Amino acid sequence: MELNRLQRSFLEYTAALFREGFLDSQFSQLYQLQDESNPEFVVEVVSLFFDDSERLINDLSRALDQTNVDFKKIDAHVHQLKGSSSSIGAQRVKNSCVSFRNFCEVQNIEGCLSCLQQVQQEYLLIKNKLEALFQLEKQIVAAGGAINTVEWML
Amino acid sequence: MGMAASDSQFHVLAVDDSLIDRKLIERLLKTSSYIVTTVDSGSKALEFLGWHEDDRRNTDETSVSPQNHQEVEVNLVITDYCMPEMTGYDLLKKIKESSSLRNIPVVIMSSENVPSRINRCLEEGAEEFFLKPVRLSDVNKLKPHLMKGKKQEIHESTPPQSPPSQLPTPQSSPPQSQLQQPPQPQEQQQQPSQSSNNKRKGMDEGLSSPDRTRPRYNGLTMVSN
Repeated sequence: MELNRLQRSFLEYTAALFREGFLDSQFSQLYQLQDESNPEFVVEVVSLFFDDSERLINDLSRALDQTNVDFKKIDAHVHQLKGSSSSIGAQRVKNSCVSFRNFCEVQNIEGCLSCLQQVQQEYLLIKNKLEALFQLEKQIVAAGGAINTVEWML
Repeated sequence: MGMAASDSQFHVLAVDDSLIDRKLIERLLKTSSYIVTTVDSGSKALEFLGWHEDDRRNTDETSVSPQNHQEVEVNLVITDYCMPEMTGYDLLKKIKESSSLRNIPVVIMSSENVPSRINRCLEEGAEEFFLKPVRLSDVNKLKPHLMKGKKQEIHESTPPQSPPSQLPTPQSSPPQSQLQQPPQPQEQQQQPSQSSNNKRKGMDEGLSSPDRTRPRYNGLTMVSN
Protein backbone atom coordinates (compact mmCIF):
# COMPACT_ATOMS: atom_id res chain seq x y z
CA MET A 1 0.00 0.00 0.00
CA GLU A 2 1.22 3.41 -0.94
CA LEU A 3 0.64 4.97 2.45
CA ASN A 4 2.57 2.27 4.27
CA ARG A 5 5.46 2.62 1.89
CA LEU A 6 5.53 6.36 2.37
CA GLN A 7 5.38 6.11 6.13
CA ARG A 8 8.14 3.56 6.13
CA SER A 9 10.27 5.84 3.97
CA PHE A 10 9.58 8.66 6.37
CA LEU A 11 10.77 6.64 9.34
CA GLU A 12 13.83 5.34 7.55
CA TYR A 13 14.76 8.76 6.32
CA THR A 14 14.45 10.42 9.69
CA ALA A 15 16.21 7.53 11.43
CA ALA A 16 19.17 8.08 9.11
CA LEU A 17 19.18 11.81 9.78
CA PHE A 18 19.31 11.18 13.52
CA ARG A 19 21.86 8.43 13.18
CA GLU A 20 24.17 10.47 11.00
CA GLY A 21 24.00 13.40 13.39
CA PHE A 22 22.25 15.82 11.09
CA LEU A 23 19.45 16.16 13.59
CA ASP A 24 19.30 15.79 17.35
CA SER A 25 16.43 15.23 19.75
CA GLN A 26 15.42 18.87 19.70
CA PHE A 27 13.99 18.22 16.25
CA SER A 28 11.61 15.64 17.64
CA GLN A 29 10.63 18.11 20.36
CA LEU A 30 9.32 20.39 17.63
CA TYR A 31 6.81 17.76 16.60
CA GLN A 32 5.51 17.58 20.13
CA LEU A 33 4.48 21.18 19.76
CA GLN A 34 2.60 20.54 16.56
CA ASP A 35 -1.06 19.61 16.70
CA GLU A 36 -4.38 20.20 14.97
CA SER A 37 -4.42 23.82 16.10
CA ASN A 38 -0.87 24.34 14.80
CA PRO A 39 -0.51 21.79 12.02
CA GLU A 40 2.28 23.64 10.24
CA PHE A 41 4.38 24.51 13.23
CA VAL A 42 7.48 22.54 12.31
CA VAL A 43 7.54 23.78 8.73
CA GLU A 44 7.09 27.34 9.94
CA VAL A 45 9.89 27.23 12.45
CA VAL A 46 12.23 25.50 10.02
CA SER A 47 11.44 28.10 7.36
CA LEU A 48 12.37 30.81 9.82
CA PHE A 49 15.60 28.96 10.39
CA PHE A 50 16.32 28.85 6.66
CA ASP A 51 15.71 32.58 6.26
CA ASP A 52 17.72 33.41 9.34
CA SER A 53 20.64 31.21 8.34
CA GLU A 54 20.88 32.55 4.84
CA ARG A 55 20.92 36.08 6.13
CA LEU A 56 23.56 35.29 8.73
CA ILE A 57 25.78 33.40 6.31
CA ASN A 58 25.66 36.36 3.93
CA ASP A 59 26.50 38.74 6.75
CA LEU A 60 29.36 36.52 7.77
CA SER A 61 30.81 36.40 4.24
CA ARG A 62 30.70 40.13 4.04
CA ALA A 63 32.19 40.62 7.48
CA LEU A 64 35.09 38.30 6.75
CA ASP A 65 35.71 40.13 3.50
CA GLN A 66 36.49 43.42 5.18
CA THR A 67 39.99 44.86 5.39
CA ASN A 68 39.61 45.22 9.12
CA VAL A 69 37.73 42.19 10.29
CA ASP A 70 35.41 42.84 13.22
CA PHE A 71 35.66 39.58 15.12
CA LYS A 72 33.20 40.69 17.74
CA LYS A 73 30.52 41.20 15.16
CA ILE A 74 31.35 37.89 13.52
CA ASP A 75 31.15 36.13 16.85
CA ALA A 76 27.77 37.72 17.46
CA HIS A 77 26.47 36.43 14.14
CA VAL A 78 27.83 32.96 14.74
CA HIS A 79 26.34 32.95 18.21
CA GLN A 80 22.97 33.73 16.69
CA LEU A 81 23.31 30.97 14.12
CA LYS A 82 24.41 28.54 16.77
CA GLY A 83 21.32 29.44 18.77
CA SER A 84 18.83 29.03 16.00
CA SER A 85 20.34 25.78 14.71
CA SER A 86 20.30 24.44 18.24
CA SER A 87 16.67 25.47 18.62
CA ILE A 88 15.54 23.37 15.69
CA GLY A 89 17.89 20.47 16.26
CA ALA A 90 20.23 21.06 13.31
CA GLN A 91 23.12 19.45 15.13
CA ARG A 92 25.83 19.57 12.50
CA VAL A 93 25.24 23.23 11.79
CA LYS A 94 25.36 23.93 15.49
CA ASN A 95 28.62 22.04 15.92
CA SER A 96 30.28 23.84 13.05
CA CYS A 97 29.31 27.09 14.76
CA VAL A 98 31.09 25.99 17.91
CA SER A 99 34.36 25.55 15.99
CA PHE A 100 33.75 28.84 14.26
CA ARG A 101 33.48 30.70 17.54
CA ASN A 102 36.76 29.20 18.73
CA PHE A 103 38.54 30.67 15.73
CA CYS A 104 36.86 34.01 16.33
CA GLU A 105 38.12 34.04 19.85
CA VAL A 106 41.72 33.72 18.74
CA GLN A 107 41.09 36.00 15.79
CA ASN A 108 42.24 33.48 13.25
CA ILE A 109 41.00 34.62 9.83
CA GLU A 110 41.92 31.50 7.92
CA GLY A 111 40.24 29.36 10.50
CA CYS A 112 37.15 31.52 10.32
CA LEU A 113 36.99 31.34 6.55
CA SER A 114 37.30 27.61 6.61
CA CYS A 115 34.58 27.39 9.25
CA LEU A 116 32.31 29.61 7.23
CA GLN A 117 32.68 27.22 4.35
CA GLN A 118 31.85 24.31 6.60
CA VAL A 119 28.85 26.08 8.07
CA GLN A 120 27.60 26.81 4.60
CA GLN A 121 27.99 23.21 3.52
CA GLU A 122 26.25 21.84 6.58
CA TYR A 123 23.47 24.34 6.14
CA LEU A 124 22.88 23.39 2.51
CA LEU A 125 22.91 19.72 3.39
CA ILE A 126 20.33 20.03 6.15
CA LYS A 127 18.22 22.33 4.04
CA ASN A 128 18.02 19.78 1.25
CA LYS A 129 17.28 16.97 3.62
CA LEU A 130 14.57 18.79 5.49
CA GLU A 131 12.94 19.94 2.29
CA ALA A 132 12.90 16.34 1.10
CA LEU A 133 11.43 15.31 4.44
CA PHE A 134 8.66 17.87 4.23
CA GLN A 135 7.87 16.72 0.71
CA LEU A 136 7.49 13.22 2.03
CA GLU A 137 5.22 14.47 4.76
CA LYS A 138 3.04 16.23 2.21
CA GLN A 139 2.68 13.01 0.31
CA ILE A 140 1.75 11.12 3.42
CA VAL A 141 -0.92 13.63 4.31
CA ALA A 142 -2.18 13.68 0.74
CA ALA A 143 -2.50 9.89 0.83
CA GLY A 144 -4.72 10.30 3.88
CA GLY A 145 -2.14 9.43 6.49
CA ALA A 146 -0.63 11.18 9.47
CA ILE A 147 2.96 11.77 10.42
CA ASN A 148 4.11 9.29 12.97
CA THR A 149 6.92 10.44 15.22
CA VAL A 150 6.37 8.04 18.08
CA GLU A 151 9.15 5.79 16.93
CA TRP A 152 11.61 8.68 17.16
CA MET A 153 11.29 8.48 20.90
CA LEU A 154 12.94 5.11 21.02
CA MET B 1 -13.67 26.26 45.43
CA GLY B 2 -10.62 27.39 47.37
CA MET B 3 -8.65 30.24 45.88
CA ALA B 4 -10.19 31.61 42.73
CA ALA B 5 -6.72 32.55 41.53
CA SER B 6 -5.73 28.96 40.94
CA ASP B 7 -8.53 28.54 38.43
CA SER B 8 -7.77 31.54 36.26
CA GLN B 9 -5.23 31.45 33.51
CA PHE B 10 -1.68 32.54 33.98
CA HIS B 11 -0.12 35.19 31.80
CA VAL B 12 3.52 34.79 30.91
CA LEU B 13 5.69 37.46 29.34
CA ALA B 14 8.46 35.95 27.21
CA VAL B 15 11.47 38.02 26.21
CA ASP B 16 13.92 36.95 23.50
CA ASP B 17 15.65 38.75 20.66
CA SER B 18 15.57 35.64 18.47
CA LEU B 19 12.42 35.24 16.41
CA ILE B 20 12.76 31.47 16.26
CA ASP B 21 13.14 31.22 20.01
CA ARG B 22 10.19 33.50 20.58
CA LYS B 23 8.09 31.29 18.40
CA LEU B 24 9.27 28.22 20.25
CA ILE B 25 8.75 29.56 23.74
CA GLU B 26 5.35 30.86 22.76
CA ARG B 27 4.29 27.45 21.54
CA LEU B 28 5.76 25.73 24.59
CA LEU B 29 3.85 28.04 26.91
CA LYS B 30 0.60 27.90 24.97
CA THR B 31 0.76 24.12 24.93
CA SER B 32 0.82 24.38 28.70
CA SER B 33 -2.30 26.56 28.59
CA TYR B 34 -0.70 29.82 29.53
CA ILE B 35 -1.58 33.14 27.98
CA VAL B 36 1.56 34.41 26.31
CA THR B 37 2.93 37.78 25.28
CA THR B 38 6.29 37.87 23.53
CA VAL B 39 8.60 40.85 23.14
CA ASP B 40 12.01 41.10 21.56
CA SER B 41 13.86 43.21 24.11
CA GLY B 42 14.23 44.03 27.79
CA SER B 43 13.12 47.60 27.27
CA LYS B 44 9.92 46.48 25.58
CA ALA B 45 9.36 44.07 28.43
CA LEU B 46 9.65 46.86 30.97
CA GLU B 47 7.33 49.00 28.92
CA PHE B 48 4.77 46.24 28.84
CA LEU B 49 5.09 45.76 32.56
CA GLY B 50 4.49 49.44 33.17
CA TRP B 51 7.88 50.02 34.74
CA HIS B 52 8.97 53.55 35.57
CA GLU B 53 12.41 54.93 36.24
CA ASP B 54 11.60 56.15 39.74
CA ASP B 55 9.94 52.97 40.78
CA ARG B 56 12.58 51.64 43.11
CA ARG B 57 12.11 49.44 46.13
CA ASN B 58 14.51 51.56 48.15
CA THR B 59 12.67 54.79 47.67
CA ASP B 60 9.77 55.85 49.81
CA GLU B 61 7.15 53.24 49.23
CA THR B 62 4.43 55.33 50.70
CA SER B 63 4.76 57.74 47.79
CA VAL B 64 1.58 59.37 46.70
CA SER B 65 1.07 58.55 43.08
CA PRO B 66 1.11 54.92 41.98
CA GLN B 67 2.25 55.77 38.48
CA ASN B 68 3.55 52.29 38.16
CA HIS B 69 0.11 51.01 37.42
CA GLN B 70 0.45 47.71 35.71
CA GLU B 71 -1.88 47.72 32.75
CA VAL B 72 -1.88 44.00 32.27
CA GLU B 73 -1.29 41.41 34.91
CA VAL B 74 1.80 39.33 34.28
CA ASN B 75 2.33 36.27 36.42
CA LEU B 76 5.80 35.31 35.24
CA VAL B 77 8.58 36.69 33.09
CA ILE B 78 10.78 34.29 31.17
CA THR B 79 13.72 35.92 29.48
CA ASP B 80 16.75 35.09 27.40
CA TYR B 81 20.03 36.04 28.98
CA CYS B 82 22.05 37.17 25.96
CA MET B 83 20.31 40.10 24.40
CA PRO B 84 21.75 43.26 22.89
CA GLU B 85 21.41 46.49 24.91
CA MET B 86 19.72 44.99 27.94
CA THR B 87 20.62 41.48 29.03
CA GLY B 88 18.21 39.16 30.81
CA TYR B 89 20.18 39.80 33.95
CA ASP B 90 19.71 43.56 33.63
CA LEU B 91 16.01 43.01 33.14
CA LEU B 92 15.85 40.72 36.15
CA LYS B 93 17.57 43.34 38.26
CA LYS B 94 15.22 46.10 37.21
CA ILE B 95 12.22 43.96 37.98
CA LYS B 96 13.50 42.96 41.41
CA GLU B 97 14.41 46.54 42.26
CA SER B 98 10.96 47.77 41.35
CA SER B 99 8.47 48.01 44.17
CA SER B 100 5.57 47.22 41.89
CA LEU B 101 7.20 44.44 39.89
CA ARG B 102 9.51 42.65 42.29
CA ASN B 103 7.01 39.93 43.17
CA ILE B 104 6.77 38.75 39.62
CA PRO B 105 8.73 35.51 39.31
CA VAL B 106 11.48 35.66 36.70
CA VAL B 107 13.07 32.76 34.86
CA ILE B 108 16.25 33.07 32.80
CA MET B 109 17.08 31.06 29.66
CA SER B 110 20.52 30.75 28.17
CA SER B 111 22.24 28.70 25.51
CA GLU B 112 25.42 28.78 27.56
CA ASN B 113 26.07 26.77 30.66
CA VAL B 114 28.16 29.17 32.73
CA PRO B 115 27.97 28.46 36.47
CA SER B 116 28.93 31.98 37.53
CA ARG B 117 26.22 33.38 35.30
CA ILE B 118 23.66 30.98 36.68
CA ASN B 119 24.58 31.79 40.28
CA ARG B 120 24.47 35.50 39.62
CA CYS B 121 20.95 35.22 38.28
CA LEU B 122 19.72 33.01 41.08
CA GLU B 123 21.24 35.34 43.65
CA GLU B 124 19.52 38.28 42.04
CA GLY B 125 16.23 36.49 42.52
CA ALA B 126 15.60 34.41 39.41
CA GLU B 127 13.44 31.40 40.20
CA GLU B 128 14.96 29.08 37.64
CA PHE B 129 17.61 29.01 35.00
CA PHE B 130 16.86 27.00 31.89
CA LEU B 131 19.42 25.87 29.38
CA LYS B 132 18.35 26.30 25.79
CA PRO B 133 16.79 24.79 23.85
CA VAL B 134 13.97 24.95 26.37
CA ARG B 135 11.69 21.94 26.44
CA LEU B 136 8.27 21.00 27.71
CA SER B 137 9.84 19.37 30.73
CA ASP B 138 11.33 22.75 31.65
CA VAL B 139 8.06 24.59 31.15
CA ASN B 140 6.38 22.09 33.45
CA LYS B 141 8.57 23.43 36.24
CA LEU B 142 6.98 26.85 36.03
CA LYS B 143 3.69 25.98 37.69
CA PRO B 144 4.80 26.24 41.32
CA HIS B 145 6.41 29.62 40.69
CA LEU B 146 3.28 30.89 39.05
CA MET B 147 1.16 29.62 41.91
CA LYS B 148 3.43 31.34 44.39
CA GLY B 149 3.19 34.61 42.54
CA LYS B 150 -0.59 34.50 42.43
CA LYS B 151 -0.91 33.55 46.06
CA GLN B 152 1.36 36.36 47.13
CA GLU B 153 -0.75 38.80 45.21
CA ILE B 154 -3.95 37.62 46.83
CA HIS B 155 -2.25 37.69 50.18
CA GLU B 156 -1.23 41.28 49.74
CA SER B 157 -4.60 42.49 48.63
CA THR B 158 -6.86 40.56 51.01
CA PRO B 159 -6.79 39.99 54.75
CA PRO B 160 -4.87 36.87 55.71
CA GLN B 161 -6.89 33.69 55.59
CA SER B 162 -5.94 30.12 56.17
CA PRO B 163 -4.85 28.58 52.89
CA PRO B 164 -7.08 25.81 51.55
CA SER B 165 -5.73 22.32 51.83
CA GLN B 166 -5.67 21.87 48.08
CA LEU B 167 -2.78 24.17 47.32
CA PRO B 168 0.74 23.21 48.28
CA THR B 169 2.27 25.31 51.03
CA PRO B 170 4.33 27.94 49.33
CA GLN B 171 7.98 27.40 49.87
CA SER B 172 9.74 29.81 52.10
CA SER B 173 12.95 29.26 50.31
CA PRO B 174 16.32 29.95 51.71
CA PRO B 175 18.65 30.66 48.80
CA GLN B 176 20.05 27.14 48.95
CA SER B 177 16.84 25.43 48.02
CA GLN B 178 16.65 27.25 44.76
CA LEU B 179 19.45 25.11 43.51
CA GLN B 180 17.49 21.98 44.04
CA GLN B 181 14.33 20.71 42.50
CA PRO B 182 11.39 22.26 44.37
CA PRO B 183 8.74 19.70 45.31
CA GLN B 184 5.97 19.75 42.75
CA PRO B 185 2.92 18.02 44.09
CA GLN B 186 0.62 19.76 41.64
CA GLU B 187 2.37 18.73 38.50
CA GLN B 188 0.25 15.63 38.01
CA GLN B 189 -2.89 17.51 37.13
CA GLN B 190 -1.97 19.49 34.15
CA GLN B 191 0.94 17.73 32.61
CA PRO B 192 0.96 17.66 28.85
CA SER B 193 1.99 14.37 27.34
CA GLN B 194 5.67 13.84 27.56
CA SER B 195 7.64 11.39 25.60
CA SER B 196 10.36 9.42 27.22
CA ASN B 197 13.08 10.96 25.14
CA ASN B 198 15.11 11.94 28.16
CA LYS B 199 17.56 9.24 27.24
CA ARG B 200 18.43 11.07 24.08
CA LYS B 201 19.59 14.18 25.89
CA GLY B 202 22.50 12.41 27.52
CA MET B 203 23.70 11.02 24.24
CA ASP B 204 23.25 14.01 22.06
CA GLU B 205 24.41 16.78 24.22
CA GLY B 206 26.95 15.07 26.38
CA LEU B 207 25.26 16.31 29.53
CA SER B 208 25.42 13.60 32.09
CA SER B 209 22.63 14.99 34.23
CA PRO B 210 19.07 14.46 33.04
CA ASP B 211 18.15 17.68 34.77
CA ARG B 212 18.93 20.28 32.22
CA THR B 213 17.81 23.21 34.31
CA ARG B 214 21.24 23.82 35.69
CA PRO B 215 24.18 21.91 36.98
CA ARG B 216 23.40 20.07 40.17
CA TYR B 217 25.11 21.49 43.18
CA ASN B 218 23.08 19.62 45.80
CA GLY B 219 22.84 22.86 47.67
CA LEU B 220 26.16 22.51 49.45
CA THR B 221 28.93 23.77 47.29
CA MET B 222 28.96 26.58 44.81
CA VAL B 223 31.31 26.48 41.92
CA SER B 224 33.25 29.69 41.97
CA ASN B 225 34.67 31.02 38.74
